[in-house]
Amino acid sequence: MAFKRHIDRLPIIPADAKKHTVVCHYCIVGCGYHAYTWPVNKQGGTEPSQNAFGVDLSKQQPAETEAWYAPSMYNIVQQDGKDVHLVIKPDKGCVVNSGLGSARGARMAEMSYSRARATQQQRLTHPMVWRYGQMQPTSWEDALDLVARVTVAVIKDQGEDGLFVSVFDHGGAGGGYENTWGTGKLYFGAMKVKNIRIHNRPAYNSEVHASRDMGVYELNNCYEDAELCDTIVAVGCNPLETQTNYFLNHWIPNLRGTSLDKKREQLPDEEHAPGKIIIVDPRRTATIAACEAEAGKENVLHLPIEPGTDMVLFNAWLTYIAEKGWQDKDFIAASTKDFDKALAANKTTLAEAAKICGVPEADIEKAAQWIAAPKNGKRRRTMFAYEKGLIWGNDNYRTNAALVNVALATGNIGRPGGGCVRMGGHQEGYARPSHAHVGRPAAYVDKLLIEGKGGVHHIWGCDHYKTTLNAHQFKQVYKKRTDMVKDAMNAVPAGDRAAQVAAIVEAIKAGGLFAVDVDIVPTKIGEACHVWLPAATSGEMNLTSMNGERRMRLTERYMDPPGEAMPDCLIAARIANHMERVLREIGDDKYADQFKGFDWKTEEDAFMDGYHKVAKGGEHVTYERLRAMGTNGFQEPAVGFEGGKIVGTKRLYADGKFDTKDGKARFMEAKWRGLQAPGKKEQKAKFKYLINNGRTNLVWQNAYLDQDNEFVMDRFPYPFIEMNPEDMKELGVGPGDLVEIYNDDGSTQAMVYPAPSAKKGQTFMLFGYPTGVQGNVVNAGTNELIVPNYKQTWADIRPLSKAPDSVKHLSFKSPHYKVG
Amino acid sequence: MKGCNKLVDVGRRQFLRGGAVATVGAVASAVVPSTSKAKPLPARVQYPSNRLANISELEVNEPLHISYPDEDSPGVLLKLGTPVDGGVGPDRDIVAFSTLCPHKGFPLVYVAEDKTLSCPGHYSLFDCEKGGLQIMGQATQNLPQFALRVDDKGDIYAEGVDELIYGRLSNVL
Repeated sequence: MAFKRHIDRLPIIPADAKKHTVVCHYCIVGCGYHAYTWPVNKQGGTEPSQNAFGVDLSKQQPAETEAWYAPSMYNIVQQDGKDVHLVIKPDKGCVVNSGLGSARGARMAEMSYSRARATQQQRLTHPMVWRYGQMQPTSWEDALDLVARVTVAVIKDQGEDGLFVSVFDHGGAGGGYENTWGTGKLYFGAMKVKNIRIHNRPAYNSEVHASRDMGVYELNNCYEDAELCDTIVAVGCNPLETQTNYFLNHWIPNLRGTSLDKKREQLPDEEHAPGKIIIVDPRRTATIAACEAEAGKENVLHLPIEPGTDMVLFNAWLTYIAEKGWQDKDFIAASTKDFDKALAANKTTLAEAAKICGVPEADIEKAAQWIAAPKNGKRRRTMFAYEKGLIWGNDNYRTNAALVNVALATGNIGRPGGGCVRMGGHQEGYARPSHAHVGRPAAYVDKLLIEGKGGVHHIWGCDHYKTTLNAHQFKQVYKKRTDMVKDAMNAVPAGDRAAQVAAIVEAIKAGGLFAVDVDIVPTKIGEACHVWLPAATSGEMNLTSMNGERRMRLTERYMDPPGEAMPDCLIAARIANHMERVLREIGDDKYADQFKGFDWKTEEDAFMDGYHKVAKGGEHVTYERLRAMGTNGFQEPAVGFEGGKIVGTKRLYADGKFDTKDGKARFMEAKWRGLQAPGKKEQKAKFKYLINNGRTNLVWQNAYLDQDNEFVMDRFPYPFIEMNPEDMKELGVGPGDLVEIYNDDGSTQAMVYPAPSAKKGQTFMLFGYPTGVQGNVVNAGTNELIVPNYKQTWADIRPLSKAPDSVKHLSFKSPHYKVG
Repeated sequence: MKGCNKLVDVGRRQFLRGGAVATVGAVASAVVPSTSKAKPLPARVQYPSNRLANISELEVNEPLHISYPDEDSPGVLLKLGTPVDGGVGPDRDIVAFSTLCPHKGFPLVYVAEDKTLSCPGHYSLFDCEKGGLQIMGQATQNLPQFALRVDDKGDIYAEGVDELIYGRLSNVL
């Protein structure tokens, strides 16, 4: 049977409960929530005067009521050392989500650490070190001393290039301005670490280099633009499942026609109709089904292109639009450079594109019309949105450029109903000293680790074992190298620190690697590590981030971190303090001095040292001011503080000036060169099935918290692989059967999910899941800037086992909405 | 620690002497006289046993609108035509669910083609053949299912709910 909680009533929030501002710490949308807390021995009542809503709770509440919360929104946690009730429920007053909660965010309370209710007992509560052949609890002083001594020893021997770092660069949980600054100041301020990578890719680089090189920051519009535009172009994204409330609260109203009043009010001098949408994706997604249900099939154009051919499609649009003379000539002249050059270089006919992309010429033409055909002499407003299908797809730099070209050519950046934006994964929250010393292309860190480089590895909220490419080989080598250090540590009494460090250093010289994992839970890569340092997450600390429309908010601390866990920024500061101490001990005062400036006591200290000082407009932003602005915050960059409010920026580039020296955006050449990353063509030729991959609605990121949530793990005990029923028949597999996906780069497993809408030979597997890692079969090839291509992966498939007992109760029906 | 043990002992002796209910009354009156009126409440809500329909009124794959535990909580009674886990009746194929979407309370629509309940509000889908499992959607729980009993006459009674119903913080108001 489906998992049921058997909760038939919940404690009522009393009228005097404490109310805290919360932003969902999962996806980039950053929905507004409130956390209510009150003493565990108190409760509200059904009388209006007895509850926080002021309504009669003895009556059934209507749809979309604020006066209801699901069991997943409730928990008992500790606050200032005392047990309190906690309810985290969506905020109707937040303009981002207007009270909507997703299947991820609306579980934040249940996903909190609670000893009383035994939730998230996986959380790390104390520093742990490798001692007597296993991970053992220890003090912060002991753990940090070991980290500092080994790190200093490696740097003394190999220089700072011997220190490898894997670190988040985003906002929300496992990130945020406080924590990117803390880690950034350590590795880019005190040190100049070069061998560093980000959580989901093997180098320290932008995922959208091209857009930035063209002078167009990738989050340049506001969510309201999706309500105002005539057409949405969605490339390689599946927003119903992965940016849910942005889609439900801002895209759907346009497709339904319920944003027409807003269009007429804000843009009175032109015709308006309900929005149309073009979706570029090889796979038919749940998003497409929902769009068709709302807008009618005639207003939804799905272009199921051959995987990895997006660039050709965009170039054909550009060519066709210019042929028709539909480009925005004034904008191009005033605000851009190199249009003619790019147009000539990228010239692609509809016929050429139809052939390469595998979609009808007429559909490509229709899309170009929906994008740019003037409406009664006025410019059509089109918003372009893209995500991992492009970012983690073929030749991503040029493909990104080709799409931004179309947006610039049609004058759709910096204007209402426009924008050329990534949809985003995590929220953003980047504030660090310059990383210019890292260079371009940045070091391919995973490759260097596989080659035996580096002596010590600091890992912050990353799990290569689940979310990297070439994961199979990476894990094999990484285990071997870290085991060498474990064996060396086992051979020396743990209490003899000097002997321990000497043994570790010797093992490193022999090819070993010492690994330190800073995280909130034990990770897969953590199993190979020698020190675990427990971090606090959003709500256990005050945390600032911005969402996909650059909306910055403060999540207030509403509960205690588990055990001795600390915010990452303070862990970074304590590592710096210990490194300074150890360096002074060995007489290197000059180097030790570089580790000064980490005397922060709170996360607010890190915020004021970082964001407040270094971010554009940061001088206007403080915790106190953000608190006053609640779940709506302001849109970055801040430009002032007036009337008690931070003044933000609704859209970037509204003045037509872009992020280049002369303020003019650049068009870019983007010539088609087939499957670009090394090894892809060979893999495609050799193996039968495309192993396309991505996220699903229910699971956040690599399931680091979901793996300890019964509602999620009951639904997906294994990652699913969507397959065409004909392919299933050929392989002799049924729904829920476990199959092995294998190629020359590795192997992994998944649970078969029939997908009648899938093309034959094209599968789709859940990415980054703990019980079957898709990255195992992704080859090591990247583009020239070390951005991986996870999407274009091919492998063979064979049966492993008939559906195990744990999946027999599951549904394998289509997740695509149909009108009842 | 000794004090604690003694209290446990006192409790145990009194339990042996007079039974649980009497014990609670005795301890309460001895320690905190002002709360002597407290009486133990059941840990879960008391569900009514409501007759929903007779088996003879059901047709395969034709939803029958019902309400449970009261008229403000709409639901659906279904004869699926094939046995399912949790199904009642001679063919083990009769089930009943709340039809308020546990995401935002929109009324669910039965799709006979694949025996699912779907939400026109935010596109959530629930499988009636799998205990209301959310196939895809925005709810953070599977669909509340009503516990059913069939008597000798073929009358179908609802007698419980396995998840919190949308719009009420107690399943029985």
